[in-house]
Amino acid sequence: MLSFIARRVLQAFVVMAVVSLVSFSLFNFVGDPVNNMVGQEASREDRLQIREELGLNDPIVIQFARFLGNAVQGEFGLSYRIRRPVSELIAERIPATLELVFVSALVALGLGIPFGVYTGIKRGTFASSTVLTVSLVGVSLPTFIIGIGLIYLFAVYLGWLPSSGRRGVEEIGWWRTSFLSIDGWRSIILPALTLSLFQVTMILRLVRAEMLEVMRTDYIKFARARGLSEQKINYGVALRNTLVPVITIVGLNVGGLIAFSVITETVFQWPGTGLMFIQAVDFVDIPIMAAYLCFVALIFVLINLVVDILYFVIDPRLRLSGGR
Amino acid sequence: MATTEENGDAVRDLARLRAREGGFRGWLKRTADSDVWYSFKTSPVAVAASIVSILMLLSAIFAPWIAPTDPFDLAQIDLMDSELPPAWMAQGDPRFILGTDDQGRDILSTILYGSQISLLVGFASVLFSMAIGIPLGLISGYVGGRLDAIIMRIADIQLSFPAILIAFLIDGIARGVLPRDLHDELALYVLVFAIGVSGWVQYARTVRGSTLVEKNKEYVQAARVIGVRRGPILIRHILPNVLGPVLVIATIHLAIAIITEATLSFLGVGVPPTQPSLGTLIRIGYDFLFSGTWWITIMPGVALIVLVLAINLVGDWLRDALNPKLR
Repeated sequence: MLSFIARRVLQAFVVMAVVSLVSFSLFNFVGDPVNNMVGQEASREDRLQIREELGLNDPIVIQFARFLGNAVQGEFGLSYRIRRPVSELIAERIPATLELVFVSALVALGLGIPFGVYTGIKRGTFASSTVLTVSLVGVSLPTFIIGIGLIYLFAVYLGWLPSSGRRGVEEIGWWRTSFLSIDGWRSIILPALTLSLFQVTMILRLVRAEMLEVMRTDYIKFARARGLSEQKINYGVALRNTLVPVITIVGLNVGGLIAFSVITETVFQWPGTGLMFIQAVDFVDIPIMAAYLCFVALIFVLINLVVDILYFVIDPRLRLSGGR
Repeated sequence: MATTEENGDAVRDLARLRAREGGFRGWLKRTADSDVWYSFKTSPVAVAASIVSILMLLSAIFAPWIAPTDPFDLAQIDLMDSELPPAWMAQGDPRFILGTDDQGRDILSTILYGSQISLLVGFASVLFSMAIGIPLGLISGYVGGRLDAIIMRIADIQLSFPAILIAFLIDGIARGVLPRDLHDELALYVLVFAIGVSGWVQYARTVRGSTLVEKNKEYVQAARVIGVRRGPILIRHILPNVLGPVLVIATIHLAIAIITEATLSFLGVGVPPTQPSLGTLIRIGYDFLFSGTWWITIMPGVALIVLVLAINLVGDWLRDALNPKLR
């Protein structure tokens, strides 16, 4: 148990080390950092002095160590374009991304599980094969096309919801939320729906497969024989047994939601971290790119670590074989 | 009764043997006789999807000849024709079947040229992934030991990130490293590199799995006994026998690669507008969605959906057809 977790933690550290090395090299090999900070008119002496002040004349290992020290504290320097600390910019935009991801995950569970249960129980009926076909088409569609389609239908054609942006934002301390106003909710619906559709399909198919599996087991037959109502069997016994794999998959997919939020945020001009990253790529704003790289890698590494440990806790067989 | 059945089998076997001898005609006969062709014939979805895929592929390749206009030839564009709706609508113009965009370019023509770029990047990315994944999988499976452990560890780690995120990050870093004025020129190569690197793991894992099975078979042992060296064994003996599953992955990966390219181009970090792919066209048209000229963005969008859906359906069928468990 301990050695398994230790190995996973070590692996997580290796990944983070590689990622931070990549973002460190970005700073050093992309253009001249001094040029990026001062204008064209700075004199040669000024440049040399800034070089010395920034520590760019130190050995590369020391520079990397300094970079790591700052990165651990969340400091990635000033954005080249906006000239504000990157840590501040990210802190400002994290609430928007997290709220979007949170609502999407709720939508995915709220739609995916009931539809999955339904198609699992009512196998082969017209309604469930329709749901399955639609979900298959849903998987093949690129996220940004779904977003455009929803915007055209609900914002342009019907005019029910705002097409883009994050409106009705209220402040609770430093956290800017859209949960407290009707406008906020109206503007989060379309992006959250877009982001969740892929996950809905996946959860739907997973729950369905698990339901079909569980329905064949002896304890369901036994429950039937005892005369429990269909309702109780389906939702009380069967569904509960399908939930363990579903929860792990959903956990793993929070990372996927964050990855795809780059697309959704750009389509809807949602002011989160994903949009910030794409704009940074466009302007070659290295500090933001480096910070986003480390931020996303950290989230993924943490999620994977937690899920690995969860597996270990949930499935006793892994414990016997001493992990992989 | 049993004897006639056996006779029938023997006759068919003989026919197969004979067919094996002939050149192209023999190949044709064998194909017509095979299980895969039978399952293809009897699946209307597979037939329809492959016809659509082939038609779109051909029309992309021959775009310069079949497109009504050349959208990049300024002499053929008239600003007076800009933002015309498709031909079947009230103000439509029969010259422009799918309407025109904001610069007066024929949308059907831009779609044809655009799908050329999309397919080009898609195929190139798939080949690039294969070029990394297949050799690594072969080596990993055949050599084993430490090398295998290292390669598969890296594959595991990469697999824990979504492929599209890896493509974003590589694309972003590559654009950061390259000087600005080279962005547009090298955009296609950057995309192929980013999408290709993000997809190699599937190939490596599958090829490794098949190699592990194949390397213990008699023909490999025989080759080893008569002193064939490692390289030729891998390339001439094992490689041809592990390519079946690779074909399935490649088909589905092609759809994913096209989607990834379109997504990156839509986000503005892919193909430049001077040489638009389907994703770039959707991006260009997106600005006009709100002013009511929906066709500029919807038409290339529909083209992209049809293309990706058709390729996906072919891939799904191929996966089932080549899976011996489902026969």
